[in-house]
Amino acid sequence: MSIDTLIDDFSFLESWEDRYKYLIELGSKLPHFDEEKKKEEWKISGCQSQVWIIPHFDNDMLYFEGDSDAIIVRGIIAVVLEIFKDKSVQEIFDIDVEEIFDKLGLREHITPNRRSGMLSMVDKMKYYASQKLKE
Amino acid sequence: MFDAYEIRKDFPILNKLVDGKRNTYLDTAASAQKPLEVIECVTSLYMNEYANVHRGSYWLSDRVTEKYENARKIVQQFVNAKTSDEIVFVRNATEGINLVASTYGLKNIKKDDEILISRAEHHANLVTWQQLAIKNGAKLKYFDLDEDGGFNLDKFVSKLTPKTKFVAFTAMSNVLGTIFPIKKICELAHKNGAKVLVDACQYAVHKKINVQEFDADFLVFSSHKVYGPTGVGVLYGKYDLLCDMPPYQYGGDMIEHVYYDKTIFTTPPARFEAGTPAIVQAIGLGKALEYLMKFDFNDIEKHERELTSYATRKLLEIDGLKILGTAKDKGGVFAFDINGIHPQDLAFILGKEGVGVRTGHFCAEPLVNMLGYTSLTRASLGIYSVKEDIDILVETLKKAKNFLS
Repeated sequence: MSIDTLIDDFSFLESWEDRYKYLIELGSKLPHFDEEKKKEEWKISGCQSQVWIIPHFDNDMLYFEGDSDAIIVRGIIAVVLEIFKDKSVQEIFDIDVEEIFDKLGLREHITPNRRSGMLSMVDKMKYYASQKLKE
Repeated sequence: MFDAYEIRKDFPILNKLVDGKRNTYLDTAASAQKPLEVIECVTSLYMNEYANVHRGSYWLSDRVTEKYENARKIVQQFVNAKTSDEIVFVRNATEGINLVASTYGLKNIKKDDEILISRAEHHANLVTWQQLAIKNGAKLKYFDLDEDGGFNLDKFVSKLTPKTKFVAFTAMSNVLGTIFPIKKICELAHKNGAKVLVDACQYAVHKKINVQEFDADFLVFSSHKVYGPTGVGVLYGKYDLLCDMPPYQYGGDMIEHVYYDKTIFTTPPARFEAGTPAIVQAIGLGKALEYLMKFDFNDIEKHERELTSYATRKLLEIDGLKILGTAKDKGGVFAFDINGIHPQDLAFILGKEGVGVRTGHFCAEPLVNMLGYTSLTRASLGIYSVKEDIDILVETLKKAKNFLS
């Protein structure tokens, strides 16, 4: 699935119920982390739900795994992982995630509400990329 | 006659749609909405009567200074302090607690002394004492509550020791809703030789404060939770205690005389109000308290008690819903879990239906963790809350539960 397909899919979903259902479905396909992966180190700070993101560097490429204890949040993570899929460190650093969330009709989930942790998740992922770029 | 439906008309935001839906605002414990008179007061000040306080002797400055100092008198009346010099304007309750810890605390609480607080404190009234204890080698102790979240006198008394120098507690828990017996706690703490700080943030909206009757040494609350503007809060302190406290911050307006090598600080409350204060906000707070004092607190309590019992009954209709905090003496705050459904997921759906609730640990992380959760959902009531708010909450929760299960 590409991000364009996702944007296409979401454009057909008019009610929030349908959009949330779809997000939950996307999230349900994400593998759950084992307890040992749920380390403080990978936890994104934010007090509404617990989110873990693990980066994996492979030469110029950067891959992520993610999980949360909230099911809609898992769907949002699935979307973010899709956006960042098969991308180089530079590409990850450059992508305008907000713009894509806007196109998906999910903009409200990526607003700078420091409590929800969603934006801090994206920030953290970009931070991993920026640190790699500095090397 | 107290009529919450009439009161709602005073709050413009409650009569507006939020994202196309009725504004079902159930997050007053986080921040209360503002009545039109407060909004107009703030706007009018900027439009007609704005200048700095305590400075110039021109008409505008005089007018504003008079209003600012009058707001202090209104707060004095609201908490029934002996004089308005016992009222210090701070940024918020958090700053009030920090002020006491950094001045009275650093000066008077020594190594091996004990600070006693409850298990249910907001981070503001926990972290502040925890960090003071780390700084000066004191010990931070906690008194436990009953299983239902209620205050237990024996559990409190058992933690009082000859070393207890300071007791700080919330008058009403922002998670459990428990109302603490302020007067009794102050009395026992004083008998034990300890000073007391009361965090009245939640309490101030629901019940009458009377610092003289409580015999509290310090009491704090925030303006934005009592229908006033953000950016200002109140620290009440007994005058002799305030006089004995060093300044918290240094700057303008808190001095008697300044020399190049030393400074003579002025008396309280100005000693603790360094720099230009939140002038407009403080005057707005005065207006909010005047608004609140138009009502009889017995009526406010009665209304909220009835709504609390209605909400409890309706919420418990939802299969699998558990309310955390069921003490007999409890105010309109409901923290709950539904079968482990994540509060963040619930909140997304509630939000879509115009229902504003808080999720997370409500800045009381150790308490929420102790109850066995990392996150809960909380609905809270205000003077303007009505049965329809509860009905919509319950209906939306049922819908969300089906959706998410």
